[in-house]
Amino acid sequence: MFDIKHQFTFMKYKNIYYIISIAIIVLGIGTGMIRGFNYGIDFTGGTMINLDMGKQVSTVELTKIVKDNGVNADIVAAGKDNHQVIIRTVQALNTDARAKLLNSIFDKYNLNDKAVLEVQQFGPSVGDMLKQNAVKSVIIAAFCMLIYIIIRFEWKFGVSSIIAVFHDVLVLIAFYGFFHMPINNPFIAAVLTIVGYSIMDTIVIFDRVRENLDIIRKTKLDELIDKSINQTLVRSLMTSVCTILAIIPLCILGGQTIRDFTLPLIVGIVAGTCSSIFIASPIYYQLCNATGVQKYKAKKKSKK
Amino acid sequence: MKKVLAIILSIIIIFGWFVTLHGIGSFDPIWKQMKLGLDLKGGVYVVMEAQTNAKGEELKKIMTQTQAVIEKRVNQMGLSEPVVTIEGSNRIRVELPGAKNADQAIKSIGKTAQLQFIESDGTLVLDGSQVKDAGITSDKEHGGYAIELKFNSVGADAFKNATTKIMNGQVHSKDSSIPNAAIMIVLDGKVISSPVVEDVIPNGVATITAGGTGGFSQDEATNLSALIRGGALPVALKEVQTSVVGPTIGLDALNMSILAGLIGVLLIFIIMIAMYRMMGTAADVALLLYILIVFWIFVAMHGVMTLPGIAGFILSIGMAVDGNVIIFSRVREEIQNGKSVRVAAASGFHRALATIIDSHVTTMIAGVVLFQLGSGSVKGFAFTLMIGILASLCTAVVITQVFVELIAETKTFGRKKYFGIKEVKENV
Repeated sequence: MFDIKHQFTFMKYKNIYYIISIAIIVLGIGTGMIRGFNYGIDFTGGTMINLDMGKQVSTVELTKIVKDNGVNADIVAAGKDNHQVIIRTVQALNTDARAKLLNSIFDKYNLNDKAVLEVQQFGPSVGDMLKQNAVKSVIIAAFCMLIYIIIRFEWKFGVSSIIAVFHDVLVLIAFYGFFHMPINNPFIAAVLTIVGYSIMDTIVIFDRVRENLDIIRKTKLDELIDKSINQTLVRSLMTSVCTILAIIPLCILGGQTIRDFTLPLIVGIVAGTCSSIFIASPIYYQLCNATGVQKYKAKKKSKK
Repeated sequence: MKKVLAIILSIIIIFGWFVTLHGIGSFDPIWKQMKLGLDLKGGVYVVMEAQTNAKGEELKKIMTQTQAVIEKRVNQMGLSEPVVTIEGSNRIRVELPGAKNADQAIKSIGKTAQLQFIESDGTLVLDGSQVKDAGITSDKEHGGYAIELKFNSVGADAFKNATTKIMNGQVHSKDSSIPNAAIMIVLDGKVISSPVVEDVIPNGVATITAGGTGGFSQDEATNLSALIRGGALPVALKEVQTSVVGPTIGLDALNMSILAGLIGVLLIFIIMIAMYRMMGTAADVALLLYILIVFWIFVAMHGVMTLPGIAGFILSIGMAVDGNVIIFSRVREEIQNGKSVRVAAASGFHRALATIIDSHVTTMIAGVVLFQLGSGSVKGFAFTLMIGILASLCTAVVITQVFVELIAETKTFGRKKYFGIKEVKENV
């Protein structure tokens, strides 16, 4: 049972927030651009084969076998005691080519079908479709949310909350770029989760701002926004802590695949919580100022 | 009144969890009924692209036919719950949970035409490529329906020769169960119909009747004609995406997710009670019901749980918690503003409602759009999210309210310290 008695001032330092968040985004995406993003085969097309060899094997030897089949591949050891190998190639091997490759590996190491832990194969066009489809869906979803917020609130709330959503997506991409995380299917799920979380979090603060605009008259807009953020601060923290708590066990216990997927979720939820306070709210404030709305009252209809 | 409602709700929750975990009678536990995606359970899926220039309605027709043919083939493999869906405009996605030999499965799905017409002595008359069309027509002789076959010119000649031979009694069946005059229609090695020839058919148009009384029912006729028409894949397919997840990896992922989920929920329960005391307890009860509702609706709607689905579920847990937290923060504020616990509980709920509805509706909009437009993982995510939002709205608003107001009314627990507030000195 904790209460935050201190009243924080947020609006005063808005330029600092902008600089920090732009710095994070530029640093992350910049790193990603220079070093190249770690696109998974979902996006580039290609084949991934994960085998349990039952013992440690020389990747050099394996590379040779793979090469003899006319396949250029990256081979890395993985799993407990490096008993597993992951074979990655940018060629999309069809069923016959895979069977041929696998059989020659099986022959050499005296294995059978049971050794196959996982196989993923994506044709080159699949990635583009995946990307386009996901991007299109998110943009249309954002647009529909914008319309709803404009109807229920007003356009300035809508625009600033959607900017915050895109900010969070950029932060996520920056995270992927900076840490060279593989961008594959879970990436899309993470983006979607963040879009949902970010908008929800922002709405709750804006809802408070809207309410305070109706009942408090003689306060400056920036003070009013500060007050609203302070009033909802405990809730913002509680909700993000609880949501992250739901993910952390999954992140710790789950294997590599699940970790690749839960870590971005945590980053996104932190970004979503922060952006409501440090991005969406100041932008709303500046939009109000820029459009010349009275400093004391941003809303016209005030009969109650 | 509220007491009765609270008791009923408690019974529902206890009973619901009992059924969920243990099942009742012949009704399996809900958690066992939940369908798991291939990423959690292991299995094979393959996406194939139709190699055709057809567009619009024509393409749609081709794809539906292809889907039907593949479904038939997949069902013959004897795997549990195969799923064949059309993805986008020209792709077919085949999911085979638990398939062991992936390559073989994929091969037999994509193989081409295997429809044959065979005489009773095993001589091949013609194959699927010579069938121009098959449709249903009314059976004037026997009543009900019959199937009308149309052959192309090569097929018509072959059929004419065969029927002439049969009518002359030159064909002798090798199998006593098949009459000499029968022509077997064989799809992928399986006899789907073996009509008996009654006359020489010279013009390439044949009618299959059920014979005896009544003819075929409409369903039977439609089904059989579809099989004959679609026995051959109407289009060549190219494998564009394959995924094989071995059962070990799948099982590991599943067990871990369940354990992790339990721990996560437990942590939330503890932190809610630590923060909001009696109100937190009410929230935990509401969350218990929330999880129940999500599970039950999910199973009832035959949802398939995948990793992205879990993400949607986690997000909606966050929203369910958020609903409660918004309400409790409000109630506490009201108490700090000097209201009595009872009044604060009621007015806190009232004031929190608009916030909760707005945040839920906005996220719901995202869920609906993503479900409509997305494919594969996006859809799975959106599906759990939508169910979660509805369940969260209903439990946070209705259930938490009933229990908190009830607690507020009792003498022992209705005191401020049970609402997470030590003392109230300040007047805001």
